[in-house]
Amino acid sequence: MYDLLIAPFAEFPFMKRALVGGLAISLGAAPIGVFLMLRRMSLIGDAMAHAILPGAALGFLIGGLSLGMMTLGGLAAGLGVALAAGLVSRVTLVKEDMALAAFYLVSLALGVTLVSANRSNIDVLALLFGSILGLDDATLLLIVSIASVTLAALAIGYRGLVIECLDPGFAAGIHRLGPLFHLGFLVLVVLNLVAGFHALGTLLVVGIMMLPAGTARLWSENVTTMIAIAVPVAMAANLAGLLISYHAGLASGPAIILVAGAVYALSLLVAPHGFGRRLLPQRHLQG
Amino acid sequence: MAEAALTFRDLTLGYERHPAVHHLDGTVERGALLAIVGPNGGGKSTLLKGIAGRIAPLGGRIERASGALAYMPQIADLGRDFPVSVFDLALTGLCGKAGLFGGIGRHARRQALEAIGKVGLAGFEDRPIRTLSGGQLQRLLFARLMLQNAPLILLDEPFTAIDSRTIDDLMAIVKGWHAEGRTILAVLHDLDLVRAAFPQTLLLAREPLAWGATTEVLTQAHLDHARRMAEAFDRDALECHRAA
Repeated sequence: MYDLLIAPFAEFPFMKRALVGGLAISLGAAPIGVFLMLRRMSLIGDAMAHAILPGAALGFLIGGLSLGMMTLGGLAAGLGVALAAGLVSRVTLVKEDMALAAFYLVSLALGVTLVSANRSNIDVLALLFGSILGLDDATLLLIVSIASVTLAALAIGYRGLVIECLDPGFAAGIHRLGPLFHLGFLVLVVLNLVAGFHALGTLLVVGIMMLPAGTARLWSENVTTMIAIAVPVAMAANLAGLLISYHAGLASGPAIILVAGAVYALSLLVAPHGFGRRLLPQRHLQG
Repeated sequence: MAEAALTFRDLTLGYERHPAVHHLDGTVERGALLAIVGPNGGGKSTLLKGIAGRIAPLGGRIERASGALAYMPQIADLGRDFPVSVFDLALTGLCGKAGLFGGIGRHARRQALEAIGKVGLAGFEDRPIRTLSGGQLQRLLFARLMLQNAPLILLDEPFTAIDSRTIDDLMAIVKGWHAEGRTILAVLHDLDLVRAAFPQTLLLAREPLAWGATTEVLTQAHLDHARRMAEAFDRDALECHRAA
C-alpha cells in the first residue's frame, strides 16, 4: 500500500512538486469552472486557452524558456482577448461568444504565424499539454499565488457573482458593478488558465476546470455544494492521475484529465441528476 | 399637491432613433397607484425601462425622487434552471440593503420566510426554482419585490398568463403596498382589473393619449384612438422637431 500510494511522492521530488502544483490548480480552477458552467460559458475556457497559447509562444520567442516571459505573454494575450470581446459584446450587437471566437482565432493565427516565421524549435507540444513533472520552484510559486488570489477574489465577490449569474437584470438594478464583476471574473479565468498551462498545457487545463464542475452539477442543486464537490474531485483526479501515470508509465497531464473524465462518466450513471432517473424509473407519487 | 415621485419632462424614449414613447410630460405623485395601458408596441415597457435606467432617453428627461426602485421586467433575465432554492432567491431581494458584502442575519432570514409565506409559497422554501410553475415563480418574484422594500415599484405585465386566484392574491399585495404609501406603476392589459383596482391610468400609444382618473381615461373614444395609433410604424420617418 505504501509503495502504491505514498512512495512515489516520498521518493521523487518531482512527484511531490507535481502533486502540490496539481492540488493548488484544483483549488482555483474548479470553482472557476463551476461559475463558467453556471454562466453557460463552459466552452469559453477552451476558447480562452487557445487565445493564451500564442501569447505564451511569443513570450518564448522573446525570452526563451523563461517562466516570466511566457506567463506575461499568456496573460497579455488572454486578457487582451477577454477585454476586447467584453467590449465588443457590450457596445455592438455581436454576442460575447462570437466576439470571443473572432478574437481568439485571430490571436491563434497571429501566434502560429510568428512562431513559424521565426523557425524556432519551440516545443509546441509542451505548451499544448504541459509538463506537470517538470515544475520548478518559481512556477510552483506562481501557481500557488494564483490559486490564493482566485480564492480570495471569489470569497469577496461571491454574492455579486452568483446574483450576476442568476439574474443579470436584477443585479444591474441593485448595483452598478455588474460589468466589473463580469470582467473581473474573466480575468480570473485567464489567470487560472495561465497557472494551469505550465502544468497541464493550454488545452488540458480546461479539463481540470470543467470536468469536476460538470461532475458537481450531477450531484447537487446548490452552488456552494457544487464548489465543495468540484474542488475535492479535481484534487482527487490530480492525485490518482499522477499515481496511475507513475505506475503505468503514462503521460501525467492526460492521465489526470482521464481520471476526472472517468469520475464524470461514473457520476453520469449513478448521480441523482444523471442518467439514473431514466434508467431506473420510479412510480409517480400521489397527486 | 402631493410630492412628485416621478416627473417626465418632454420625454422621448426609443430604439435606433425611432421613438417608442414620444414627448411625454407629466408627474406621478408619491403614493400613486398608476396603471399604464395601451396597445402592444405602444411604449409601455419602454417607459418602465427608461424609469429603471435600463435605456437612456432619446430626448427630454426623467426626474426621480431619491430612494430605491424595484423593477419587475416583463421577461425576467432570471435563469430558470439556475441551481438556487426558493428561499435563496427571495433573499436576493435583501441585497439592495445588505449590499454585496453585508451580512444576512437571522432577522433577514425571518423576513424572507415571512415574505414567502405572504405570497402563498410556505413550504416551498427548499425547492429549486426550476421546479416551480409559472404562477408560483411569479409569486416568488413578488416576494423578492416585497423584500426589496422600495418606495417606487415598477411592474411590467405582472399578471400575464397567471390564474385568477393568483392575480387576486398578488393584487392584495399590491394594494398593501399602496396602503403603505409606495408609488406603483403597473403595465396591464386587463382593463376590468384596471377599472376595479387602479385609481389612475396612463393610456400610452407611443404618444400619451390620456392620463388621469381611470374612469376618465378608459373611455371608448380614447381606446378607439389608441387602436388606430397602434398600426403605424414609419420606417422612413423624418426627424422630429416638435417644440417642447
